Amino acid sequence: MAETRMAEVETRRKTAVIDCDVHVTMKSGDVWFRYLPKAWHEYHRTIGGYGRMGSAYPRAVPHAARHDAWPPSGPPGSNLAFLRAQLLDEWEMDYGILTPLIGVGGQQNLAYAAAMGRAVNDWQADAWLRREPRLRGSVVVPYEDSDLAAAEIDRVGDHPGFVQVLLMVRTMEPLGRRKYWKIYEAAVRNGLPIAIHFGGTGAGPITGAGKPSHYIEDHGGMPAAFQAQVTSLVYEGVFGQFPDLKVVLIEGGFAWMPALMWRLDRCYRQLKMELPHLKRLPSDYIRAHFWISTQPMEEPPQREYFFEMMDHLDMNDRLMFATDYPHWDFDAPDVALPSGMDKAVRRDILAENARALYKLA
Amino acid sequence: MAKHIIGTVDEIPPGERKLVTLEGREIGIFNIRGEFYALRNRCPHQGGALCKGRVSGFVTAKVPGEYEYTRKGEILRCPWHGWEYDIKTGQSWVDPASVRVRSYEVEVAPGTKIEGAEDMAGLMKGPYVAETYPVTVEKTYLLVEI
Repeated sequence: MAETRMAEVETRRKTAVIDCDVHVTMKSGDVWFRYLPKAWHEYHRTIGGYGRMGSAYPRAVPHAARHDAWPPSGPPGSNLAFLRAQLLDEWEMDYGILTPLIGVGGQQNLAYAAAMGRAVNDWQADAWLRREPRLRGSVVVPYEDSDLAAAEIDRVGDHPGFVQVLLMVRTMEPLGRRKYWKIYEAAVRNGLPIAIHFGGTGAGPITGAGKPSHYIEDHGGMPAAFQAQVTSLVYEGVFGQFPDLKVVLIEGGFAWMPALMWRLDRCYRQLKMELPHLKRLPSDYIRAHFWISTQPMEEPPQREYFFEMMDHLDMNDRLMFATDYPHWDFDAPDVALPSGMDKAVRRDILAENARALYKLA
Repeated sequence: MAKHIIGTVDEIPPGERKLVTLEGREIGIFNIRGEFYALRNRCPHQGGALCKGRVSGFVTAKVPGEYEYTRKGEILRCPWHGWEYDIKTGQSWVDPASVRVRSYEVEVAPGTKIEGAEDMAGLMKGPYVAETYPVTVEKTYLLVEI
C-alpha cells in the first residue's frame, strides 16, 4: 500500500510543473533606492508608504511564511539561490510566475504608488527575470488610477519576461466598474492577462456584514471578495467591451465557482432587463474569460466530492497549479492534487494550462 | 527491524531535537524534559519536513474567548501548514481520527548495556547514515528501532 503510494508520488514528480504563484520580496529597504526614480528618494525616506497595504489582521506566522523558507539572511522569498534550491530545483519546475505583493495598489498617494510600481517592475526584471530563465514576472500597477496603471503596462508590456498584470482582489470599488477599464484596455493592447491575487485591503471590510474578529476569518473569507470581483466583471459587461481580455484568479480557491455560476445565471434570467449589454449567460463569460489557480486546494472529506466539483466547474482547461511559495499555506506539487485524478487532467493542471495561457515554451 | 544508535543522551538537551536518517527514513528525535521521542520527518498531510517545525503547546478553550495553554513543549507544528502533532505519540490534533505520523520507541542505554555494541556500530556504516558512533562504555546512548 505504502509502496504503491510512493510509486504514484514518484510518477507525479516526473510530470512537468509550472508554479503560478511565487512570492518574492526585497532583501532590505535599501533595495528601493536602486530602482525608485531619484525624484522620489527623499519622499520615500521621509514619508514612505501609507494607505491600505495588506491585511488588517496579524498573520499566523512571521511574513506569513513556511518556517523552513527563511534564507540565511533576509526575509523569505528574497534570495534567488535559496528559492532556486527550495522551489524550482526541488520540484524540477519548468517555470515559476512571480507575484510580488508589495502594497503598491493600496497606496493613498497615487503618484508615489506609480513610482513604486515602476521600481518593483524594474527590480523584478533586474534581480529575478534576468538572472533566472525559469522565472516570469507580473506587472505591478497602481490600479486605483487607471491612467497611471495603463502607462506602466505600456512601459514594460513588451518585456518578454512579464506575462500578466497583477491586481489585488480587495479594491476600492468592484473591478467591473468603468474606472478600471483603461487597465483592461492596456492589458489587451499588450497581450497580457489580468491576474487578481488574494489580499490587499479595499474600501470595505472583508465581509459584506462588517469586520470579523480573527485572522482565520479574513483568510477563510477571502473567496467572498473573489466572488464579488467575478460578479462585477461579468455583470458590468467588461467582457463584451474587451472580448480578448483574460482574467486569472490567484489564491481564491475554486470549489465555490460552480455555485456562483448557477446563481449568476439564474439572476441573469430573472433580471436581465437591467443588463441589456450582456449577450451570453454569465457562466459562458466565466468559462470563456477566466483561469483559476489551484492553491489553496480545497480538501473535501471525500475525494470523490472533489471530482464531482470539477465536473460541475467544467473548467479543466483553465485550472493552473500554484504553490504560493514561500507562504505558510504552500501546496506541494506532488501531493496537493487528489490522487486518482485523470492523468491528462493532472498534467494540464500542473503545467500545460499555464504553458498555453502564458505562451511558455 | 534493527536497532540504531542515533547519538548520545547529552547531545540532545531538553527542548532540543536531532534529525537522523535511518534506512533511508528521516527521523527526528526530541527530548521533552528528559524523555526521548522519535517521529518520522514527513507530515502525512502534504509531506512537509515535520520535524523541522516549531515546538509549541496546545491551546484549548471551553468557551469562546478563553485561552488555555497546555502541554507546553509537547506539540509539534508542521513548518508548512501548521498541522499539530503530539510528539509523544505522533497523534494529530488536527484530525485525530484519521491522521497519525509514524512514531518510534527511543531506548536509552549505557554503553555497558548495549549488547553487541560493536556490531550495531558496524550496522550504522550503511549508505543512508549520516553519522556513525564509536560506542564506549562511559557514555549513555539513544537507540531507535525501525
